[in-house]
Amino acid sequence: MAEDLHLEEQRPERMTLSIGPHHPATHGVLRVKLELEGETVIKAEPETGFLHTGIEKTAEHLTWNQATTVMDRMDYLAPISNNTGYVMAVEKLLGIEDRIPEKARVTRVILLELNRIASHLVGLGTGGLDYGNIGTPIFWAFELRDRILDIFEHTTGQRMNPSYMRVGGLAYDLPHNFKEMVEDFLKIAPSRIQELKDVMLNNPIFVDRAKGVSVITYEQALRYGLTGRNLRVTGSDYDVRKYYPYLGYENYDFDVPVYTDGDSWSRTAITFDEMFESLKIVRQALDNLPWDDRHIIDDRKLVLPPKQEVKHSMEALIHHFKLVQHGFDVPAGEVYQAIESPRGEIGFYVVSDGGNKPMRVRVRPPSFYAVYSLPVLLEGYMLSDVVGAIATIDPIFGEVDR
Amino acid sequence: MDIWMTLLMLVVKALVLAISVTLAVAVFLLFMRKVLGYFAYRVGPVKVGPWGVLQPIADVIKMLFKEDIIPVQADPLIYRLSPIIAFFCALGVWVVIPWAPRGSFWSSMSDPNAGVLVMLAIAAMGVYGVALGGWASQNKYGLLGSMRATAQMISYELAMAASLLGVILWTGSVSMFDIVDKQREVINLFPQFLGFLVFYTASLAEAAWTPFDLPEGETELVGGYHTDYGGMRFGLFYLTELTHAVNSAVLTTTFYLGGYNPWFGLTMIPGFVWFLIKVALLVFVLYWIKCTFPRFRYDRLMVFGWKVLLPVAALNLVGTAIYVALWA
Repeated sequence: MAEDLHLEEQRPERMTLSIGPHHPATHGVLRVKLELEGETVIKAEPETGFLHTGIEKTAEHLTWNQATTVMDRMDYLAPISNNTGYVMAVEKLLGIEDRIPEKARVTRVILLELNRIASHLVGLGTGGLDYGNIGTPIFWAFELRDRILDIFEHTTGQRMNPSYMRVGGLAYDLPHNFKEMVEDFLKIAPSRIQELKDVMLNNPIFVDRAKGVSVITYEQALRYGLTGRNLRVTGSDYDVRKYYPYLGYENYDFDVPVYTDGDSWSRTAITFDEMFESLKIVRQALDNLPWDDRHIIDDRKLVLPPKQEVKHSMEALIHHFKLVQHGFDVPAGEVYQAIESPRGEIGFYVVSDGGNKPMRVRVRPPSFYAVYSLPVLLEGYMLSDVVGAIATIDPIFGEVDR
Repeated sequence: MDIWMTLLMLVVKALVLAISVTLAVAVFLLFMRKVLGYFAYRVGPVKVGPWGVLQPIADVIKMLFKEDIIPVQADPLIYRLSPIIAFFCALGVWVVIPWAPRGSFWSSMSDPNAGVLVMLAIAAMGVYGVALGGWASQNKYGLLGSMRATAQMISYELAMAASLLGVILWTGSVSMFDIVDKQREVINLFPQFLGFLVFYTASLAEAAWTPFDLPEGETELVGGYHTDYGGMRFGLFYLTELTHAVNSAVLTTTFYLGGYNPWFGLTMIPGFVWFLIKVALLVFVLYWIKCTFPRFRYDRLMVFGWKVLLPVAALNLVGTAIYVALWA
């Protein structure tokens, strides 16, 4: 505070305004220190760390499978992405990624894409709210997202933090009506998303406020390490799903929407396009879902034996005991696995020393880089654009601070 | 004796007016919550009373029982005064509104022959409440909100008054009753369509309603001018805002939709009821707008006010003047 006052004495025409850490528009706990001249932003300084939870450190004290539960809690809007990314990194370390049953892989794709839609819906809804539309977008978006959460609840037992992925596959098999639930969602989703798009995207006031505002160029985006939507609006088509395919993404037919303006409007428009692409992927994946396949790898060293067998077989009992008490060991080594989360490339750098716990889990959070590109997005624009810029880059602070 | 009687009647009338306007605003508050709810796949309030009808009363009771806090850095006198000024000016507009045809005792609070000017003057004073409120609370968000409010209200007042000039020319009088009576056959909406558009837009801006709700800008400025207000002082600001919105509907009804004059020749419905029907219709449009539009940006707001609304209002005025001079 003292330095702020000092600054105001030096430049009396400037005002220092602190947006956050608790401010309705910061979507969590971001603080942006703004220097204003009138309503124009001269200088912006993001400050993070208010939600530090020590997830990376916590993971070092949990066994390989237990650590999936804390991964959920980073990006709480896209928990499936975090889960899958981490689990795939561990599978890579174990060298079993080719042995994952097809059903688990396809289910992962379906849930990942549904999760992408759910996360984008929250971003759009709260973004609409930040642009001052208090009535419709947020409720329309949340209503649709709730249907996705219902699917998650029914499939995984949890709405927000499912922890459904396990090393080797899925925690348990899909419910019998999984296909019908997703079909029902696919039936209503396109028209609902289109409705939301009609209300938000082409509204003249919104176009007026978002077009050509908070522009970031391709070079700047690369320099700040942006990925995902925030990079693709600058003309790049970098998408981990296309460049480094995982889970068989190379077999699905989908496009990567690209915009070239790098402004807030493109960041909103691309979100809608990505949701439609995700629906396409879900459609294809659902058609290819091998229903009678195993949901998890058949490996007694990694997966608990069926309960019935434990009661009769000595070997199964030993495996059960060993997995519950100790977990499994992962050969020493280090690995980097990136997947495309709704916010961009989320990378897991996992190191094992050969024990039953990770030695180090380092996460590359896409939001973190997006937040620190805020000075580019804010300086020279107006106070109202600050809110829009924060809303359209859509950061999640659980992930930024970890 | 006579003068005392008149004075007493005036006080009674004023009390009845103030209470009924406040009650009407409470009804519109419930109406708003219900409409906003249905727009958003919700049902609005349902818990307090049947169908949630007692919700506004519950809101007011909550406000009244909150602790009254005055920030240390605030200017205590102005801090206390500004919500009162704001609410008083919002209520004051109703003094000149004609409810029912001339002649009845209850047809309006008063009938000055320059009613339009009185209305404009009182409405213009409303900016003091907002400007002083943000300034007195010594809060940066509040200050920014006040600055925005002041600039916005003064700019849009101009467009509003300029569009009303068309109506005044068309009627040939500045009395509110004359303006309404003139619309017995044809409501002003048709001959003064441009003026209507400008007036309605400007009155939204005067009320700081969406898409012109920059003074509060809850996502940018937390609460704008009432960031540091709590309890019933905030409640008064909130009521003021709603009253302003209802005022916008009431004034548009009076100037452009024919006030108490019946539509479609349905004279069996009393004028007062017609007036309320039209107001309710316009209030619904207000909520519709609130659900549909995002907020303007400050610079675009100024551009829109000065470069779009004001020239259109001037065009409307010139057109009306030529017509009145040549044919009327």
